[in-house]
Amino acid sequence: MAAVRTTDIVKRFEGLAAVNGISLSIADGEFMVLLGPSGCGKTTFLRIICGLENQTSGDVFIGGNVVNELPPRARGVAMMFQSYGLYPHYKVRDNIAFPLRTQRVPSAEIKVKVAWAAKLLGISHLLDRRPRQLSGGERQRVALARALVREPTVLLLDEPLSNLDAKLRASARNEIKQFQQRVGTTTIYVTHDQVEAMGMGDRIAVIDGGRIRQIGTPAAIYDDPADRFVATFVGSPPMNMVAWNGGHLGFRPENLLPREMVEDGEVAEFSFRVERSEYLGSERIFYGKLDGLPSTAEITAKLPPAHVNWKSIRPGECHPFAVRRSALCYFDKDGKRAALH
Amino acid sequence: MSRALANVARESGFAATVAFFVILAAFPFYWMLITAFKTNADLYDLSNMPLWFTDPPTFEHIRYLFEKTLFTQWLLNSAIIGVCVVAITLVCAVPAGYSLARMTGRNGEALGIGIFLTYLVPPTLLFLPLSRIITMLGLQDSLWSLVLVYPTFTIPFCTWLLMGFFKAVPREIEEAAIVDGCSNLGAFVKMVIPLSVPAILTVVIFTFTLTLQEFVYALTFISSAGEKTITLGVATDLVRGDIYFWGELMAGALIAAIPVAIAYNFFLDRFISGITGGAVK
Amino acid sequence: MVAITEKLAKPQSRLQFVLDRPRVLGALFVSPAVLYVLALVGIPLCLAIYYSVSAYTIYNQDYSFVGLRNFIQIFQDDVFLRTLWNTFLFTLGSQILGLILGKFGALVLLRPFPGRKLVRALIILPWAVPIAIATVAWEWMFDSLYSVINWILIALGLMNPADAPNWLGDPHLAMICVIVVNAWRFFPFAIVIFLAGITAVPQDVIDAATVDGAGFWRRNYQIILPMIAPIVVVGLIFGTVFTFTDLSIVYLLTMGGPVNATSVLGFEGFQVGILSGDVSHGAAISLVMLPVLFILVVVMLRFIRRREI
Repeated sequence: MAAVRTTDIVKRFEGLAAVNGISLSIADGEFMVLLGPSGCGKTTFLRIICGLENQTSGDVFIGGNVVNELPPRARGVAMMFQSYGLYPHYKVRDNIAFPLRTQRVPSAEIKVKVAWAAKLLGISHLLDRRPRQLSGGERQRVALARALVREPTVLLLDEPLSNLDAKLRASARNEIKQFQQRVGTTTIYVTHDQVEAMGMGDRIAVIDGGRIRQIGTPAAIYDDPADRFVATFVGSPPMNMVAWNGGHLGFRPENLLPREMVEDGEVAEFSFRVERSEYLGSERIFYGKLDGLPSTAEITAKLPPAHVNWKSIRPGECHPFAVRRSALCYFDKDGKRAALH
Repeated sequence: MSRALANVARESGFAATVAFFVILAAFPFYWMLITAFKTNADLYDLSNMPLWFTDPPTFEHIRYLFEKTLFTQWLLNSAIIGVCVVAITLVCAVPAGYSLARMTGRNGEALGIGIFLTYLVPPTLLFLPLSRIITMLGLQDSLWSLVLVYPTFTIPFCTWLLMGFFKAVPREIEEAAIVDGCSNLGAFVKMVIPLSVPAILTVVIFTFTLTLQEFVYALTFISSAGEKTITLGVATDLVRGDIYFWGELMAGALIAAIPVAIAYNFFLDRFISGITGGAVK
Repeated sequence: MVAITEKLAKPQSRLQFVLDRPRVLGALFVSPAVLYVLALVGIPLCLAIYYSVSAYTIYNQDYSFVGLRNFIQIFQDDVFLRTLWNTFLFTLGSQILGLILGKFGALVLLRPFPGRKLVRALIILPWAVPIAIATVAWEWMFDSLYSVINWILIALGLMNPADAPNWLGDPHLAMICVIVVNAWRFFPFAIVIFLAGITAVPQDVIDAATVDGAGFWRRNYQIILPMIAPIVVVGLIFGTVFTFTDLSIVYLLTMGGPVNATSVLGFEGFQVGILSGDVSHGAAISLVMLPVLFILVVVMLRFIRRREI
């Protein structure tokens, strides 16, 4: 296990910068999520840490050593790929044993370790099958077992859940997280799915355009976004934005509540013209505009249905709504977070 | 009623078209077959119905072919040439196809097309200088000249085929192997080769059939009967003066044609997907 | 952490370095093929060009430069001009015939019917079997005395026994014969190419066209044909190149005769350059093919590129 640090990593493909100066420190044993839209450079960055790509400039440190010149196999990292990259011509047993064999681990030890990894992931009964005979969830476990069997210094995961269906994804998410806590391996996890990021990461690095926009705990990213990109990328529906004072004022849909639900005190009051609503079971979402504000953007309010007399909020009507002052975020004209005066 | 009639007319029209194509394509081979087993008396009697046996079939021509001609030698020559050319082709084309598919980027694509285009440079443009080169190397009139020259068209062709096949191997498998401790070469040997066995087998078969089909270089470089390939031998060496031994000729042609025909039918689909090489993505 | 420092401490061997650099390994991998082809296609091609502007024959190995003299001489030669004309006639005739047969054959094979696999196997035969071998069979079918074709025509009452032609002995008929044999060899290939193209057109595109009201012909000529054009053109250029430069059919069937009626460029180059040993003139004759090949290759490259968009 080891800490990972990068300094000002840049990667250009034919002049185009896919990664544009990423400096990141990941503590030993930490679960770091790289979150960003597709094409933001997060996978390229992961591949640079792994050694599958060479950076144009910048340094990668693993366990305090510069590993820029080392091929992947000498970095002691393990990687789990999007579609797992299982070896179709090997049995599950040999898939898991492969990283040990390339390191010339004695075969008795291989046997023990494969059994250990298989047991850990509950796939002991699958060892004699071939990858194509496995379900998506089983493949994912095999890939994870293969990644963990040699006790890597760093575990790299590239969107490992994107090939699973929604239900399986939730349980797999849980499993990986629990598992990582138990083994304690430094983990870097790439995803575009904010639910995965929020649920799993000790910290999240939000990446866009090859740069880090914000690093922080899930709570910090959500409640205290550093700029407009982070504010609107994380959260569903995204943070509302209202043009204000040359910049923008942002507030989460769940903080925009009917006036009567917000305690008096430091509040900003709005007249919310509701256009339509959606009932999603656990919540009810209202879409509309704020009266008297120049913003043309659609505003959303997310209310817990049980606590709202929603029948009184009818489409086409204006209704008094309010947001606590403490829940407002102000972004200056460059989209950067600034103090609210 | 008229509809049923139209249906019958259309169906029989279709059947007639199918029959036309089958007869067109296969009649020469039927003619080969029947000639190869007819007695000479039967063959050269104008009053006989030629499309079937008048005398009972005979193995006389085939026996003559194997006992009195160099036919077995030609078979052996073709086998030697085929095996050697396959070996040379694999050694060159397998790594080249992989390199062009994976490791050389955009330049690789251009280079791949370049190599493929050399397949279009015809033997009739190259046989003059090549025959001089072969004389210089002291290989004239030897089957080894063909072993040397045949890879000039099998390598481009097979590199192109293999390039398409290798592109279809998921990249993640190699990358996983590299992360798991292989070098690039190791990933190629341990992952890509085992996964491409069917493709490599296809290339082996097609290289072999290409060497069997070749005629121009063989005709140019080889003149002694003992060094000829089966194709060249059958086509040029079974004629005594001006007299054709049609029975032996057709028997030889038949035996030479059968393996290639079978190989083609087995590997046709793979071959087509190779030619169109990712043309349709 | 221990593992890393250990590996770091180990000096990398030069071989290891090579095996870990994809670029280096890639160049290494591709070089045997490239070198082989350069040595035995590139160099001979340059040599051929040089021969054509020299006075080289196998009896007098004179490498002196004579400019375009060889070309001027062959273009003043009636036999050569005849050959040139024959080559275009032979190529064009057999390609058109083969293509028509190929298109109809593909339509036939597209429809499922019992025994289709066997029919396909039989139809592929002319293309699969070595052409030299098949040509020998045709020679026997065209035999002046025992021609089975004549026998069938007479038996069907289409021909008078007295008029039975000598197929390979008459200049016009001989030309038709070599064209037919070549078209016969080529049409299965055309079928295969058409089939590959048609089956590659996604069914939903065809369905969409049908829903949009396109009938059979419109679907065929406005949807399918443009979509398969790249594949078909590439295949067609293959066929054209191989026909244009071939000599085996002519060599085995007619030996260029009667009286040069069926002589083509490849055959004439062989005749002059190899059999007569006049390498420089033979090379010049062969090189006349080059501009045509060049144009075909340029057209083909355009289509290959188009297909990659």
